[in-house]
Amino acid sequence: MKHVLKPSQYAILLAIMLTASVGDSFLKRGMEQVGAVNMHHLGLLWHALFNPYVDIGILLLIGFFATYTTALSWADLTFVMPATAFGYVVIALMGRYWLHEHLSLSRWIGILLIVCAVGFVAGGPSRTEHPELDQMDAGAGR
Amino acid sequence: MTLSPVVHVWSAILFVAALAVIGEVMIASGMRQLGDLDDIRALHGLGGTIGSVLTNARFVTGALCMALNFFSMLFALSIANLSLAGPAIAALTYIGNAIAAKFFLHEKVDRRRWLATICVVVGVILLAR
Repeated sequence: MKHVLKPSQYAILLAIMLTASVGDSFLKRGMEQVGAVNMHHLGLLWHALFNPYVDIGILLLIGFFATYTTALSWADLTFVMPATAFGYVVIALMGRYWLHEHLSLSRWIGILLIVCAVGFVAGGPSRTEHPELDQMDAGAGR
Repeated sequence: MTLSPVVHVWSAILFVAALAVIGEVMIASGMRQLGDLDDIRALHGLGGTIGSVLTNARFVTGALCMALNFFSMLFALSIANLSLAGPAIAALTYIGNAIAAKFFLHEKVDRRRWLATICVVVGVILLAR
C-alpha cells in the first residue's frame, strides 16, 4: 500500500490546488466581459474562445486536467478530491492577504473545515488496493 | 410553458454536477486501469504515456463528459451567480463522487474519507457566503 507520497507527487497535488482555482477565476472574469449566454445566443460560446481571460483560464484548466489525471493514476478519487477543494482556500486567502478583503467568521470556518478535510485524507492511504480488479483491468485495458 | 428561473438554474446546476461526477469517475477508472503514469513513462517515454492515456476508452469517455461539463458550466455561470452555482456544483459533485467512488470504483471510503467529504461540502458552502 502506498502511504508515503514522493515529493513529485506532492508537487502534483499542489498544482491541482492552484491551477483549478486560479483558472476558474480567469474564466469568470472573461465570461463577465463576454456577456450572458443563453439558448438564443449560443454563438457567444465561440466568441468567448477569443477572450484573453477565457484563454488563460482554459490553459490553466488544461494544466489542472493533466495534473489531476496524473494524480488519479496513483491515488483514489476520494483521496484527490480534498486537494481540489483546497483551491477555494487559496482563493479566499489570496483575497484576504493580497487584495486585503475582509473574511467573515463563516469563511474562516469554511477554510478550517477544508484544511481539516485535507488533513483527514492525507493521514490515510492514498490508494485502495484490490489486486483482483486491477489484474482484470490490466488485461482489458492495455 | 416557461420554467421558473429557480427551476431553470437548479436544473443547470444538477446537470453540470452529474456530468462532472460521470466524467471524474470514468477518468479515475481509466487511470486505475492504466496504472501509475510515472512507471509507464519510465518504460515508454512521455509520448507513449500520452498515447496510452488518449487511447484508453474510459479516459476518453470521461474527458468527453468533462468537455461537456466545461461548456455547460459556462452556460450555468451565465444564468446563475457564481456565488450560488460555484459552491452548489462543487458540493453536489463532491457528494456524488464519494458515493460513485464507493459503488463504482470500489474505493474504501472509510469514516475518515466520509468525514473529509462532509467537511469539504460544508466548507465550500461557508466559503461562498
